[in-house]
Amino acid sequence: MSTILADLNYWVTVFLLVGGLYIVVAHGNMIKKLVGLSIFQTSVYLLFISPGKILGGTAPILDDKYTLYSNPLPHVLILTAIVVGVATIALGLALVVRIHESYGTIEDDDLTDLESDT
Amino acid sequence: MSPADHILAALAIPVIGAILIALCRKHPNLRETVTLVTAVLLFANVATLLPVVLEGGRPAVYGFPVTHELSIAFEVEPLGMLFGLIASFLWIVNSVYSIGYMRGNKEPRQTQFYVCFAVALASSVGIAFAGNLFTLFVFYEILTLSTYPLVAHHGDAKARTGARIYLVLLLSTSIVLFIPAFLWTLSIAGTLDFVPGGILAGKASPLATGVLLALFAFGIGKAALMPVHKWLPNAMVAPTPVSALLHAVAVVKAGVFTILKVSIYIFGPEHLQATGASEWLVYLATFSLLAASVVALTKDNLKARLAYSTVSQLGYIVLAAAIATPLALIGGALHILMHAFGKITLFFVAGAIHTATHKTEISQLNGIGRVMPFTMGAFFIGALSIIGLPPLGGAWSKLYIALGGLDGDYWFVVAALMISSLLNVAYLMPIVVRAFFRPPDPDDHGHGHGHEAAAPAEGGSMWSRMQEAPWLCVVPLCFTALACFVLFFAPDAVETLLSGMLEAPR
Amino acid sequence: MIAAHLPALQVVVPLLAAPLCAILRQGTIAWLIALVANWCAFVISIALVLQVRELGIISYELGGWAPPIGIEYRVDLVNAFVLMVVSGVGAVIIPYARKSIESEIPRAQRGWFYTMYLLCLTGLLGVTITGDAFNIFVFLEISSLSSYVMIAMGRDRRALTASYRYLIMGTIGATFIVIGIGLLWAMTGTLNLNDLADRVPAIEEARPVLAALAFLTVGISLKLALFPLHLWLPNAYAYAPSAASAFLAGTATKVAIYLFFRFFFTVFGGEGFFDSTPLPEIIMVLSIVAMFAPGVVAIFQSNIKRLFAYSSVAQIGFITLGISLASEPGLTGALVHIANHAIMKAGLFMLIGCIVFRLGSMRLEDMAGIGRTMPFTMAGIVVLGLGLLGAPATAGFISKWYLAEAALLQGLWWLVGLILLGSVVSMIYVGRVVEIAYFREPSEKVAGLKEAPLSMLIPGWVLVIATIYFGLDTTWTVGIAQDAAASLLSALY
Repeated sequence: MSTILADLNYWVTVFLLVGGLYIVVAHGNMIKKLVGLSIFQTSVYLLFISPGKILGGTAPILDDKYTLYSNPLPHVLILTAIVVGVATIALGLALVVRIHESYGTIEDDDLTDLESDT
Repeated sequence: MSPADHILAALAIPVIGAILIALCRKHPNLRETVTLVTAVLLFANVATLLPVVLEGGRPAVYGFPVTHELSIAFEVEPLGMLFGLIASFLWIVNSVYSIGYMRGNKEPRQTQFYVCFAVALASSVGIAFAGNLFTLFVFYEILTLSTYPLVAHHGDAKARTGARIYLVLLLSTSIVLFIPAFLWTLSIAGTLDFVPGGILAGKASPLATGVLLALFAFGIGKAALMPVHKWLPNAMVAPTPVSALLHAVAVVKAGVFTILKVSIYIFGPEHLQATGASEWLVYLATFSLLAASVVALTKDNLKARLAYSTVSQLGYIVLAAAIATPLALIGGALHILMHAFGKITLFFVAGAIHTATHKTEISQLNGIGRVMPFTMGAFFIGALSIIGLPPLGGAWSKLYIALGGLDGDYWFVVAALMISSLLNVAYLMPIVVRAFFRPPDPDDHGHGHGHEAAAPAEGGSMWSRMQEAPWLCVVPLCFTALACFVLFFAPDAVETLLSGMLEAPR
Repeated sequence: MIAAHLPALQVVVPLLAAPLCAILRQGTIAWLIALVANWCAFVISIALVLQVRELGIISYELGGWAPPIGIEYRVDLVNAFVLMVVSGVGAVIIPYARKSIESEIPRAQRGWFYTMYLLCLTGLLGVTITGDAFNIFVFLEISSLSSYVMIAMGRDRRALTASYRYLIMGTIGATFIVIGIGLLWAMTGTLNLNDLADRVPAIEEARPVLAALAFLTVGISLKLALFPLHLWLPNAYAYAPSAASAFLAGTATKVAIYLFFRFFFTVFGGEGFFDSTPLPEIIMVLSIVAMFAPGVVAIFQSNIKRLFAYSSVAQIGFITLGISLASEPGLTGALVHIANHAIMKAGLFMLIGCIVFRLGSMRLEDMAGIGRTMPFTMAGIVVLGLGLLGAPATAGFISKWYLAEAALLQGLWWLVGLILLGSVVSMIYVGRVVEIAYFREPSEKVAGLKEAPLSMLIPGWVLVIATIYFGLDTTWTVGIAQDAAASLLSALY
């Protein structure tokens, strides 16, 4: 039990990672896939940020009072990653809208039937 | 022009010719003239190298490097000289014949035909003059690719299938077997150059030599060694000038030439004899030449019969390469020459018959000798040369191979050659007999003149009842038949040339 | 002065040109901007190659911040070579793209296409040139997102689903990569590739590091379409606009392969480490399957672009096979094939695009007899097809030669046979295209076609001639690739 609590952040990360991937794979609805993808990406954010927090550390403020800093770098990286994630989901949803306009459905199985082979 | 320039010219002339032929698309007579002029120029150019080689010179164009191990290089030595001369000379004859055949049969797409021929000849010259295995391989592949459109010329389903088998078999063997063969050679010997006496002596174990030989023998699919021979009968869907090209001038000769060249200049005859690594090939080649002759007996289609005859005759040359004694090797090279002239005559006849009467099966040929005496006379002479009877050239090459076999202690080779000659008689002579001594079929219309030949020809009336093929077809085949006879007196001269290929390493 | 900033300019030039295209949305002007930007990028890449040849590894500090804290662009022979290939392929495609895009994309969207194209180019060049691991992820996503958009602009509505599928799979791949990078960073504290190369060997047995390697491998394999993670590729290449297919076929997967090089041999390049993992065997097995299975599927395709897309998956198998052999000839063969395949496939997709431009259809059946009416286009396709199957005197032969040599040197005879058999498979599907184009009677529609317009035909033929040229004179391809491979194996970065 203590090992789980000690590495709780990693357990949550893994749970979200696997959960997100499962949703992508298991669901045929395109929007749900994108939701799964988003959850999967969130797990990565946790993977980066959570080790960066040093227990007892502060934000990096230059002052004699503060000597132990939490790492600010993962926040920077993840901000970038979040932006990338947002762009990806936005693009994905735009595609879903266009697919719906074009095919009338956003279910994978129906789409496979509609697309004859040429 | 130095000899090196002549080598480059020999490669450039057919290529330029091909371009000019393509440009003359709309002017058939001009186009045909270009073909003939190109062929004559090529032969003249190649012939200028002969005196140099006879004196012992080896004109060369060296090292255009492709990678640090592979380079394009040319070197003319006696065997290549012989092949180059045969190819370029017979191109002239074949071109004259092609004009007659293509026009007589009103074949479509003639420009494509002549262009591909020119490119094929350029690649044959490249193979003949190759100075290392990589160069030979490059031109070998170009030859396959340039003859593919020729085989598929008619464009119908049968032609497509035949051409497909042709291409797939030749490309597959060369990619899957030939490339590993010379890759392995490179790793053993460190070089791919053709050197008198071979590059493997002392470096390759007998087992390695044997396996390597197998890779070459089956990888060089153009030599039609069983079981990679299937492309040859399938290529008979091509128009006959193409078959003549395949069976006499370029493709098959390139194949056996390559095998001979590899045995002499890569393996080295001494190395082969010392290790005994080619013994299995002696047996396989013997089997191939006998089996193909037997199959030839069963074929009623004239071209198919001639195709299997070629497979058999090529087996002679592979056999000679495998025996690897000096007499055998000279015999093998001599057979390239003799078989070229003999077979091209036979194929010319087949095409002439088709042009004149649209007949393709042997059973339809009763009495045709009476209306096509020159054609069938030439066939008779060509057949005698293939069978190997004096006073035709083919007698010498078979004799040399047999003697070479005795030198190498392969007694059964002599027996096999004799049986094969008997089989040759069995599948060639009946055609002659049918043509001259059987009365034509009653419903045979000849050229639609309602002509029935009853009594044999007598005196002047023979000329009036002749229905020969176009003279552009007949003249070349008579010429090559005559050449078979003339070549009977040639062996000494050719042997002098070829002895240079067996000289000790310099 | 400019020479000092070349590494930055390599990325900045197309990056700045992209919003210009977005603002000046008129099709022809956008095309012109893309043309100039791409050609500048190509010239810069050649200059970089020459600089690296002369001076050794170039290290460029972005913003003057010193590595390993600051982001650096680090150019050695390997990525200079890839930069040249990517920008070179693009430089040839842009002149071609004008007519092709005009026929496939509505007027209002053409400017956007060129914007996305330039962003994709930026991303690809950025991935290649950067020396910072997270930067790789960012640029990778820039190139991927813009390629999703490019693909979705295809005429056929299946382009949309193809793009969506690529988006899902590509994002999973990129996220795996970033997980790998994250684990490495957590273990070493640095994101700089050079620094990672110094620090990883000490801890390379640690489980997070091995996990990082695994995540990176899977993520990169998704991006480079290594069998069986290739499912996004056939439809994406088939339904994208022709210029996009040509560009992506020539570049996107190649840059991902570069990532393999960088991670396997530089970051994880400790003595004998790569060989001690099961990775070489796994990749070899997957490569061998990749050489055959997609090739066989290609034979039965009725859509010509899909046929050659499957061919791309097969050819990528050859490249990864070279990587798995991890020897100098193996890596040389892989690098050379990156260049050769990029040239051949881009050329093929361009010439096929010429056919689609005239004919309007991608179905093989509709192309019967087209060899007569579009002789130059088909002749070019035949030559490039010969390159694919590795006929000598074409570039394809050179790559196959080095791969076969690498296999032979390691005593893997059966592998030599397999490599050559893979070429035979290419012969079958190329032969099929040749037969349909030349030996069938043309339909009325085909008989009435004119040859492709020169502005589309010439770029295609430039690559055809390049295929033959690099089959005969290999100083630029093999010359650089060999030195690059040697530097990779000695972990010089």
